[in-house]
Amino acid sequence: MNYFPDEVVEHVFDFVTSHKDRNAISLVCKSWYKIERYSRQKVFIGNCYATNPERLLRRFPCLKSLTLKGKPHFADFNLVPHEWGGFVQPWIEALARSRVGLEELRLKRMVVTDESLELLSRSFVNFKSLVLVSCEGFTTDGLASIAANCRHLRDLDLQENEIDDHRGQWLSCFPDTCTTLVTLNFACLEGETNLVALERLVARSPNLKSLKLNRAVPLDALARLMSCAPQMVDLGVGSYENDPDSESYLKLQAAIKKCTSLRSLSGFLEAAPHCLSAFHPICHNLTSLNLSYAAEIHGSHLIKLIQHCKKLQRLWILDSIGDKGLEVVASTCKELQELRVFPSDLVGGGNTAVTEEGLVAISAGCPKLHSILYFCQQMTNAALVTVAKNCPNFIRFRLCILEPNKPDHVTSQPLDEGFGAIVKACKNLRRLSLSGLLTDQVFLYIGMYANQLEMLSIAFAGDTDKGMLYVLNGCKKMKKLEIRDSPFGDTALLADVSKYETMRSLWMSSCEVTLSGCKRLAEKAPWLNVEIINETDNNRMEENGHEGRQKVDKLYLYRTVVGTRMDAPPFVWIL
Amino acid sequence: MITELEMGKGESELELGLGLSLGGGTAAKIAGKSGGGAWGERGRLLTAKDFPSVGSKRAADSPSHAGSSPPRSSSQVVGWPPIGSHRMNSLVNNQATKSAREEEEAGKKKVNDDHQPKDVTKKVNGKVQLGFIKVNMDGVAIGRKVDLNAHSSYENLAQTLEDMFFRTNPGTIGLTGQFTKPLRLLDGSSEFVLTYEDKEGDWMLVGDVPWRMFITSVKRLRVMKTSEANGLAARHQEPKERQRNQPA
Repeated sequence: MNYFPDEVVEHVFDFVTSHKDRNAISLVCKSWYKIERYSRQKVFIGNCYATNPERLLRRFPCLKSLTLKGKPHFADFNLVPHEWGGFVQPWIEALARSRVGLEELRLKRMVVTDESLELLSRSFVNFKSLVLVSCEGFTTDGLASIAANCRHLRDLDLQENEIDDHRGQWLSCFPDTCTTLVTLNFACLEGETNLVALERLVARSPNLKSLKLNRAVPLDALARLMSCAPQMVDLGVGSYENDPDSESYLKLQAAIKKCTSLRSLSGFLEAAPHCLSAFHPICHNLTSLNLSYAAEIHGSHLIKLIQHCKKLQRLWILDSIGDKGLEVVASTCKELQELRVFPSDLVGGGNTAVTEEGLVAISAGCPKLHSILYFCQQMTNAALVTVAKNCPNFIRFRLCILEPNKPDHVTSQPLDEGFGAIVKACKNLRRLSLSGLLTDQVFLYIGMYANQLEMLSIAFAGDTDKGMLYVLNGCKKMKKLEIRDSPFGDTALLADVSKYETMRSLWMSSCEVTLSGCKRLAEKAPWLNVEIINETDNNRMEENGHEGRQKVDKLYLYRTVVGTRMDAPPFVWIL
Repeated sequence: MITELEMGKGESELELGLGLSLGGGTAAKIAGKSGGGAWGERGRLLTAKDFPSVGSKRAADSPSHAGSSPPRSSSQVVGWPPIGSHRMNSLVNNQATKSAREEEEAGKKKVNDDHQPKDVTKKVNGKVQLGFIKVNMDGVAIGRKVDLNAHSSYENLAQTLEDMFFRTNPGTIGLTGQFTKPLRLLDGSSEFVLTYEDKEGDWMLVGDVPWRMFITSVKRLRVMKTSEANGLAARHQEPKERQRNQPA
């Protein structure tokens, strides 16, 4: 390859798209490193504090697309204080100063302000795509800047963000000349929506393929929107309360029939229990269905809908579907690849909850299943063993038994053997979440068998440091390890400090690690940021004579090439 | 604290019982090594008192229908079950709306049965589990979240908010960067008042309605400067005089 001119090598590299692969080729030799970095357009940064904007721009000056992730995963469950960090502002400022031709920005768990959005909208002439997932700190005013200033906006995709809705007119800020929209997702906005502006926008966007509405868009508006966008592929329904005899409903039925390209359906944020039948005619085309927010729809109506969805590949649903409903899914959806079952009721079980039977049924009926997230009331080892036998192809397996420490409900044994069977059979398992009563034994199995495991979530599990050590020593590809309320301490933490260089991050909260243990770790590994998050009082930790042995509430450590961050709030102590 | 590591000696040496001594049950921890209570006494692991039914359910052979509800607000586990806060809020809102609606219906029907209204009440309190709502304060850039279900009264809530935004420990700096003097957010005697946005989007002064009704209708809180709160629905105003005011 070295006999070819750079342009040829670069052309070959164009076919290499995955981040992992591009990172790998950049390590082959200096020449390839140089060619690769100048031709790299998409960069993924899994932890925004692992590097900084200056280094990013120095290495990849031709950057067009940037993905950044901020807070640790457990921030989703309110375990990370709001002011912890993950600010996008310095990144946007640096990118703006450098005049790089940014076209796409994807952020997850970051703090985004209206100021950031305004700066973003004004700094990049060709900016096309903004995807914000689980972000916070901005309002609809920020969205107004994006709408008004990004002339070639293609995607505005807001997923599960916390946005202060000023109920302003952000939708009307899209100029009449804006006709390039392909994706518009504002389902997470809580406030009212200017329906007239929305309808006009959709009508002048012939390329619009994905539209996800918020709860403020009622049925008659939905009917009008669908009839002026029959090319729709992905639809998120907002409010869906209707009277089946009404004119709106008839118009909706007619509009739906015309949407022959529709493949993905979601939303039903406020939905009447009985009304899904309007969508039955297009169900046979659906590959993705997300009814996980439709709390009002009863199991029987869900089942009726699903019986039409023979091509479904992805299904997100509430546990109100029940085991019987899952059996219907198992017999109907033979193409199913991903299933998520969320809890609909947090206070103790009901007849509608799902159990191990539903999981077994799915595993038996859906041979292509590779990703599952399953919240349930109870589980058995026998069921998990059967699931492992039926589905050895799991890539992601996340099981959440709602009651912590719950054992096998038939044998009262820990669930070590069940999970052990899963990791033994599923040789491609990359992500695993554990729950239920678990001893060190399950970690022995994980360390022994889960060779491809990259992300592991542990809660209320294990007995001794051995558990954590099995994992650290055994799982060579571990990238993200997150542990809460488990009895792992300094011995496990300090056993192999070099391991953390191969991992993106480690989170430990309510475990047994002590302050002195963390300090020792920080001394041994200066290339790690070891953060102690103590919302009570850091001063007290220091003053206390027994400071060394004081337990650390929350520990978050991650490898970094840029040292301690400067934007940490007072309750975050970076050792 | 575990001081010995015997990894090399092979796993067969591990004697694992049901490691967790929940309610002093059948567990036999690895003898001597862990010093039994080392993590038990200060452990963040939930003990039997957090799950009064778990220990006994395990001993008994009954298929545990999780009628043993997860712990109530006092020993509520933060961040469990692991559901994203956006989804959790949606769940909570749905249940609150449903329960409030049911409560209204029950009230309207004038039920003879004494138990029914009480049950509905319990449902309202029981079902609305993790009610985290956002709190912003004028002059503070980033908001906080507070769990309404961990509070039982307005005084309770005001105290938490005062601690949150104005740390009461001398020498420590709270979010506002000021040293404290205790606030009285509820009685109008301080520089700030506590306001909330309800389901209809109106901003009101906190304290007007019964606590229970408040927690089912509040969407978010704001600690507002008293000087700016003049237009808000005050206690003496009639509902129809209330204006839809956007806080500046």
